[in-house]
This record gives sequence, C-alpha cells and structure tokens, in this order.
Amino acid sequence: MVPGIVDPCMVLVLTLNFHILGTPRLRSLIFVVGLHGALLGFLYPVAHQGFHAEFHGGPAALGALIRLGLLTAAIVGIKGLLIPNVMHRAVRLADIRPTLSSVIGFTPSVLLGGIGTGAAFLFASRLPLREGHEHHLLVPASLATVLAGFLVLVTRREALGQVLGYIVMENGIFVFGLLLIDAMPVLVELGVVLDLFVGVFVMIIIVNHVSRAFPEASTEHLRTLRE
Amino acid sequence: MTSHALILTSGLIAMASGFPALVLPRSNAVQALTSLILLAGNAAGAFAVRGWWMEGPTPPLAFPSPFDGLSVGIAIDGVSAAFLVPVLLVTSLASIYGLGYWRQSEHPENGVRVGLFLGLLSGAMTVIVTARDGLMFLAGWETMAVAAFFLVAAEDHIRETRMAAWLYLAASHLATLCAFGTFLLLYAINGTYEFVPIRETGTAASTALVLLALVGFGTKAGIMPLHVWLPSAHAQAPSHVSAVMSGLLIKMGIYGLVRVAMLVPDMPAEWGLFVLAIGTVSAILGVAFAVGQHDIKRLLAYHSIENIGIIVMGLGLALVGRSVGNPVWTLLGISGAILHVWNHALFKSLLFLGAGSVIHGAGTREIDRLGGLGKRMPVTATCFLIGAVAICGLPPLNGFVSELLIYIGLFRVATGADASTASVAALAAPGLALVGALAVACFVKVHGIVFLGAPRTPEAAKAHESSFVMLGPMAALAACCVVIGVVPLAVAPILDVAAAAFTGGVAGPASLAESAPLAAISGVAGLFAGFLAAGALFLGVRGVGRAPRSLTWDCGYAAPSARMQYTSSSFAETLVHLFSWALRPETHRPAIKALFPDDAHFESHVRDTVLEKALFPLTRGVLWLFSWARYLQAGNLQASLMYILAVILFLLLWR
Amino acid sequence: MFESFPFVSVVHILVVLVAPPLLPGVINRVKAIFAGRRGQPLLQTYYDIVKLIRKESVLSETTTWVFLFGPVAAVSTGLLAALLVPLGNASAPLSFEGDLILLAYALALGRFFTMAAALDTGSAFEGMGAAREATYACLAEPALFLGLIAIARLTGGLSLDGMLGPALLHGWSVAAESLLLVLISWFVVLLVENCRIPFDDPNTHLELTMIHEVMVLDHSGPAFGMVLYGASLKLFVFSALVVRLAFPVRTGSEPLDWIVVLAGTIGVAVGVGVIESTLARLRLTSIPALLTGAGVLSLFGMILALVH
Repeated sequence: MVPGIVDPCMVLVLTLNFHILGTPRLRSLIFVVGLHGALLGFLYPVAHQGFHAEFHGGPAALGALIRLGLLTAAIVGIKGLLIPNVMHRAVRLADIRPTLSSVIGFTPSVLLGGIGTGAAFLFASRLPLREGHEHHLLVPASLATVLAGFLVLVTRREALGQVLGYIVMENGIFVFGLLLIDAMPVLVELGVVLDLFVGVFVMIIIVNHVSRAFPEASTEHLRTLRE
Repeated sequence: MTSHALILTSGLIAMASGFPALVLPRSNAVQALTSLILLAGNAAGAFAVRGWWMEGPTPPLAFPSPFDGLSVGIAIDGVSAAFLVPVLLVTSLASIYGLGYWRQSEHPENGVRVGLFLGLLSGAMTVIVTARDGLMFLAGWETMAVAAFFLVAAEDHIRETRMAAWLYLAASHLATLCAFGTFLLLYAINGTYEFVPIRETGTAASTALVLLALVGFGTKAGIMPLHVWLPSAHAQAPSHVSAVMSGLLIKMGIYGLVRVAMLVPDMPAEWGLFVLAIGTVSAILGVAFAVGQHDIKRLLAYHSIENIGIIVMGLGLALVGRSVGNPVWTLLGISGAILHVWNHALFKSLLFLGAGSVIHGAGTREIDRLGGLGKRMPVTATCFLIGAVAICGLPPLNGFVSELLIYIGLFRVATGADASTASVAALAAPGLALVGALAVACFVKVHGIVFLGAPRTPEAAKAHESSFVMLGPMAALAACCVVIGVVPLAVAPILDVAAAAFTGGVAGPASLAESAPLAAISGVAGLFAGFLAAGALFLGVRGVGRAPRSLTWDCGYAAPSARMQYTSSSFAETLVHLFSWALRPETHRPAIKALFPDDAHFESHVRDTVLEKALFPLTRGVLWLFSWARYLQAGNLQASLMYILAVILFLLLWR
Repeated sequence: MFESFPFVSVVHILVVLVAPPLLPGVINRVKAIFAGRRGQPLLQTYYDIVKLIRKESVLSETTTWVFLFGPVAAVSTGLLAALLVPLGNASAPLSFEGDLILLAYALALGRFFTMAAALDTGSAFEGMGAAREATYACLAEPALFLGLIAIARLTGGLSLDGMLGPALLHGWSVAAESLLLVLISWFVVLLVENCRIPFDDPNTHLELTMIHEVMVLDHSGPAFGMVLYGASLKLFVFSALVVRLAFPVRTGSEPLDWIVVLAGTIGVAVGVGVIESTLARLRLTSIPALLTGAGVLSLFGMILALVH
C-alpha cells in the first residue's frame, strides 16, 4: 500500500519533533523545521501511488511527471528553503534574541512530547482505519506532529517560536494528507501549501513590525496592551 | 486450642499488655512488664501461625451473635498469615527497642501511655488481618486508628505534634468512613458481612465498593495524593512508634485492598491497569518528595509512600493477571507485593529505629546538623547502611528480591500482552527503575551526610552509641534483611500459599520457585560475597587499612573545616530542581542591595504540595463558604423564632 | 545456573578479567591521534594499575571502612555485571530469567558505594561529584530500561542471552527503527555512565567540574588501582551491551564470534575517542536536557516496538 521507505522517514520526522521541542536555539529550530518540511515534501511523490500507476500507464506519463516534479519542488522550496530563509532574515534584520524561552521549560516540553507521541500511537490504534492503514506510522506520526506543533505554539513566549510551532502543526496535517494522497485532488494539496504560505507571510510581516517596536518580540508583552 | 482461637488470644493479650501498668507504680520495670506481656502475646501468635501452617486449613472460629445474620469470625488464611508474620515480629522488636528509647524515667508523662497504646495497636492489627467479616475488621480497624492517634500525640506538649495528630485523625476518619461504606455495600450485595466473594460484578454497587475501598484503604496506606497525613505523623511520633506505623499500620491499608480485591474476583483488566498506574505515580512522586527533605524522619516517611507505591504496583500487576487469566503474572504480582510488604516492614522499621538511635545519640532530626556519626555510633551506622541498601532494592538484600519479582512480572506483561495493556507495564518498569535510582540518590545522601564525613555541629561530635536494648532489635531486623535477600527460597512457600489464597484457588498459580530465579539469586549472592571477600583480602594484604592518615584533599586547601562539606540540600538540589513542577520548592534568599552586603542566610524547603497547595486552600474555601452560614445564627431569640416560623410555613406550603 | 561450566565460560571469565583496561588505552590513543600526538602506549592502563598496586597509600583522617569498601564494591559489581553480559557464541556464565535487572542493579550497587566512599572523605568537591553522579544516574536508568523493554518485546526473552542473541536479529529485520533509536540512546547512556565527554571530561584538571574523577580524589595506591580497574570494567560492560545490540549475529564459529565482540568493543572505544576529540563537554546545567532527550528516544523506540 504505502512504500517501505515511508515508515523510517516517519520515525525521522518524529525524532525531529523531539529536537524541535527541545532546542532553545532559534537558528537550529528554524533549520530543523525547514528540514522537517523538506522531508515531507520529498515524501510526497514517494507516497503518490496514483502517479506510479499513471507513469506506467502510457502517454500521459510525461505530463504527470512534470506536474509531480513541480509540485514537489514547490513544497520543498517553500517549506524547506523559502520559509527558513525568510525567517533567518527576519531574525537578522529585527535583531531578535537568538534563543527562545519556554513557559514550562525545554526538558518538560520534550517529556510532554514523548507522552504525546505515546498517546498518539494509542489513539491511532483505536481509530477505525481503512484496511492496510493500521500498521504503518502515518496516522500516529501525523497526530504526534500536530501535538508537538501545538506544544511549541502554546509554550514558546516569542512570536517567532509560535510561527514555527504553527508550521510544525501544519506539517502534521500534511502527513495526514499523505494518507489521502490517492484520493486527494492536487488543488486541495496546493491550497494547503498556499494557505501555509499566506499564513507565514502575514505572520512574518507582523513579527517584523512587532519586533521593530519591541526587539524582544515576546507575546507576553502583548498582555500589557489589554489595560 | 485451635490456631484460630490461639491467634485471637494472642491479639487480646497484646491489647491488654499495657493495662497492668496503669494500676502499678510507674517505673522502668513496669514498662518492661508491658513489653514482656506483649512479647508473650506475640509468641502465642507465632505458635498459632505455626500451628496453622502445620495442620492446614480448618473452619474459622465463629461467634454467634444476638442479631440476625450477624456473626463474627476469626481465622488465619494464606494472606492473613503473610501479614501476621511482620506484625508479630516488628511489634515485638519495636516494643523491646522502646525500653531503651522511651524509658519511663526519661518520659514520665507518657511512657506508660505509649506502652499501652502500642500494645492496643499491635493487638488490633492482629485482629484486622485475621477477621473473617466486616464487623470484626472494623472493630480492629477503629481500635488501631485510635491507638495510633494517641501514639502520634505522645508528646502533645509540642504544637507540631498536636497538628500532626489532628491531621492524622482527620485522614483516619476519612479512611474509616470509607471502610464502613465498603462493608455496608458488601452487606447490601451479599446479605452478610462475611468475606464471601461477590459473584455478580460490574454493577454500580460493586464498582462503588471498589472505589470506596481504594479511597479508604488508600488513605490509610498513604497512596499519593491521599498521603497528606503520613509525613508529619511519622515525623512527630516516637521513633519506635514511627517504625510500627510505617512498617505495619500503613500495610493494613494494603491488606484491606488485597482483601477487597479477593472479594471482587471478576474485575475488568482496566482496573488492574489503573491500580498499576497509581502505584507507579505514587512511587515516583513519593521518592521525589523524599529527596528534598531535611528532616530524617520526614524523609523516611516519604519513602514509605514510595514503597507503598511499589507494593500497589505489584497488586495492580496481580489484578491484571487475574483479569486476563494469566496465573504467572498474578503470582509474580501478588507475591512481589506481599514480599515487599515484609521487606518494607523490615527495612523501614530498621531505618526508623536507626533514626531514633541517631536522635537519641545526637539530639536532632535535622540531617544537615549531623555528620560523622559512623565513628561514634558504628553499630547504628552499619545497621542503617544495611537498611539503606535494602530499601534501594539493591542486591544482595531483600528489597531486590521483591522488586525483581515485580520487574519480571512487568516485563512479562510488556512482552506478552496486547499493545495497550503492555504500554502501561512498559512505562511502569522504567518508572520503577527511576524510583530505584532516586532512592539510591536519597539514601546515599542520608547515610553519607549523617554517618560519614566530619561532624557538622558540636552535638553531633558528642553523639554516643545507643544501648544494647536498642541495638539488638536493629541487628535482628538487619539480619532478616540479609537472610531474605540471600536465601529468598526460604520465604517462597508462604508466598505460594498467600498467592493461592489470593486467587481463591481458581487458576492455581505455578509455584514461585519455578516462575522466578530465586535459586539463582542465592548463587549470585554467594559469588558476590566471594568477590567482596577477595577484594577486601587484597586490600588487607597490601596493608591499606593501616596506611598513614592525612588531611582530606581539598584542592590544596590545608585547613578544611566540617562546614565546608556538602550538605543534604546541596546534594539534592539538581534533583529537586528537575522535579520542581511537582515539589514546588520554596527558597528564601536575601536580596543583595549594597556593595558590601550584610550577613545573610539562605534556606530552602520542600513542603507537601498536596497539603499546602490543594488541601489547605480547599479547606479555607470551604470554611469561608460556611462562614456565610454564621449570619443565620445571629444569636437573638427573635431571629430563631423567625426561622421556626419560616420552616413551619415551608412545610405547610410544600405539597 | 551452575550445572554446566563449560570451557567457554572459562574463556569468558578470562576475557572479562584481562580485556577491560585495554579500552581506556584505545580511547586515549584515538584522542592522541586527533590531537596530532603519538600518545601513551595502548596498554598504559595496565601499567598504571600495576604501578598503583605496588605503591603505598594514604588515607584521609575522616574516613571509615566505607571509604575502602567503595573500590571493592565497584570492582565486585563490575565483575558480576560482566559475567551477566553474553559475549561470545555461548551464553554468559551467569544467565537466568531476569538477569537484565540484576545487571542494572548490580551496577547501581557499585555506584552506591562509590558515592558513599566519596561522601566519607567529607570533602566539598567529592560531595559535589557524588551529587552529580546520583542525579545523572536517575535520568540514565529509565533510558536503559525503556530500551530493555523494547528489546524484550521484540525478542520475547527475559534474559540477556535470549534478548541479545539471534532473536534480536529478527528484531532488527522487523523493527530496525526502534532498535536504532534504542542503540543511540544506549550509547548516550554509555557515555554518561562512564563519565565521558560530553557529560564529564576525564582529563579535566579542575575539581569543580569533574564528576567521576572528583569522587575518587582521595583514593590512592592499591585502592585507586581498583577504582581504575572498576571503571574500565564498567566501560567494558556497557560497550559489550551496545555491541551485542548493534550486532547480534552469531557466525557459528566460536573464535570468530569472540573476535567480533572484542573488535566491536574496541570499535565502541574508538567511537568514544572520536566523540571526545570532536565534541566539547556540555555545561552541567544542560546535561539533564540531553539525558532526557536520550530517554525520550528510548521511549519512542519502545513505542515503536510495542506497535510493530
């Protein structure tokens, strides 16, 4: 059903999740989030069974190959190159502090991530999945990645940390998308990417503006706006 | 006399042991008489257990009752016997120890009182574990609870002691209330108070029964987060009483849980997993709190919570095994739990007696004010060291054997069960490993800071070794720890019988000797002893023991003082920090204001989070809520008459 | 357990007695090569131990018998542990169901007395080292056990013989990711348990930053020789565990199997040397984070083994 290479890649994705949860260094975090996204981008053609059928099918093969190549390039390019680059630039330009801070601390984040991964596996084993989907790691990896992204989103104080958390969460949803890749229209997939792009675009603009006003760019400062 | 009658007699003698002293002139000799009577009673108990072991099961001793359907009975079965052995042994040793530790001449106000209630407590425990019905059980239970209250309150002129006693009393009431509820529900379901298994399970009544038992007996046993009474009560009671409380009294909660588990034979596997999970959490948090303590007795008390957690893990394992019909899991779980009950009774009372000896010799419970006692109190130090190694579950002592049984059981579940059942066991086993490592950290700290190094205060430097009366019981307990650790096969038969009683002989479990590597443990212990002897011989031949003495190396500093030594707080600092999410340590540090700041001091505490952060705010909230009711009681007659009128009007208009 | 005592057990015992001090020599040689030095002889640890045994010793005034019991316990528990780990073709001399727990707890017993001996000197530095050792062990132990559970689940065995034998080969074929994660985690455990970089620098000259070395500062002469030997035994035990986990193949030829395992342990030592030469040691405050990471990797490996 799903090629054998996918499962080891999922293990890698999950391991990267732990790194994302555990590192306080912004540069390292941006790099790993980019790697995370690029890895998923490369998995896209691998998981695309329909394409393989088409490729062996005849004259439409070349068109399909180009389409697939472009899409893969777009995902890898945006998630793996563009977004990290823009972020690195934002960090440089806005002179943001190179380390993040966490509300609960980084070691508890990793531990919670570990527990979350366990819970994701437990939950996935109870989902009524289609025949052939129960045994590989796509579903639990997706759930665990969403959870990890959510954890980053809620525990990191800095706005950039939250943007990155949002991207990780989106990656988790993307993993789920890999499951549906045969059935899912390309447009929807592209929509996910565009949605992500727009989201990040808007957030980077916000971050840039915020960080010009407050170089620390901590959302905790927003609290003072409430009064 | 049958063994059942003999055990009842033994309990009654123990209960009565302190009464002659009430009418006799108060002296050390009368105190010795109290102990002697208690010993006689316990000896009778030992004969009863031996008789039961020889003759096999006999019909229980039943007393007809004037009321319909109520009869009370006493009998020994496998589980009772397994709990009777530590009760009889430890109360006897604690009573002897008390003759040296709590002499009438040194404690004129309460020496007799402590003897009286210690006897009552010990007899009550005998009754509890042999009761065959809810009524007899509750009679013993309440006697035990009240006797323990007076024991905790022995030094009632100290404010902390009174607070601890009240807290214990409140928790004890909760436990008793739940125990009453449990047995009333048993009556409602079965139509009798007798301990007869409930046939139909899964009903609301049987679920409620198990939950009530879990809360009630769990409170008495000190399962996290129901443990709030335990640290202060253990710390404030006289040390030999702490030994009995920690070694035995909280085990009565475990006994209650085991007995209720036997009453409900068809539990779903999830309940067993739940029990396993709370046991693991209790063990981890118990030892984590222990690491942060400065008071040696409070520290030991938190270790009781840890060990109760380990016992509950074994029980949970047994329940899972019984639910899924795997006799080996059941056997490993229940025998691990019961052997840990024994072991904890042995090494924890040893440690409390050792702590008592330290308090007696050096006059303080503060770990950081002691040090270097090993040179002045060599026997106490060695006994305490044996207890410390044993409680960490390290080979070749007894703690290792029981933890090994539970480990093997957990590994079997983790390898043999379906993924979701296995996942709980697969997390519990590393949890137990964490507990073991934390316990090692904690007891290296206690033993190292108290007995090793140099004395930190003049009092510690003047400490004296205790008398033979106090050292004898400690040595006996230490010997028991070694024997069970080295020859675990010796206790396997009684564990087999207890496990068979637990399962009710439904799926006769295999024997423990076949399911666990008990013979191998003895072999390994022998080999290890050989290694140690060879190493010691080598150093001896090289004359290392007679080597010249010099200063400790302190980075070239030639005048190290005792105050430079690492303290227990610094030893535990990183661990406390790692667990700060649960421990909530408080630090008071001076603010440095000037360039040349004044003298300052720093202190840190780990208080009981559940008590301070949850229970006290909750009670304050409830009190505040009820304070509104005070407005109703204005104190004048007219208002009260108004209330009567209002009530009458309400009753008239209602319906 | 003792019923048959074949020739291979004698070989095992001899290897365990003789081989361990080679490993620190290998590590030091690798570090020397990285630094562009010729380095000490490979057998330097043997020379050190022999020299120490022939030397006189001095004891601190504050110490009691516990101080001298530390090295004795460290060597005894190390030997016991080394007899539990299967090395060659046949099973280990001591092998029974549940021996994996004895392995972990025997090493913990050695640690207990090493730390107690450190506290016995009454030195602030040695207390500090003991506190660090105790703390990091608390984080390393769960990682070790999570890995053991994963392996037990994949092989169905409860003794090290069964777990690290041919059944594990099957485990690698069905759940390689899981075992790979455990392997990484165990290697980290090896580094911390033996106080290597990035956790502790055995060559540091500052007492304030040491862990293991500072605990044994006051030992001298034959006792210190035992400390060195005990430490190399511990390194040998962990290396053998990692090698057996990474390479459970049994060729069938007895000498070849022995060579594989011994070459493997030397390979692990080379790996440790490379790490020591290329990494800096961590700040003490970030060590718990790395150890938690290792634990989570093990946990993840265990989850994969459970659902496989």
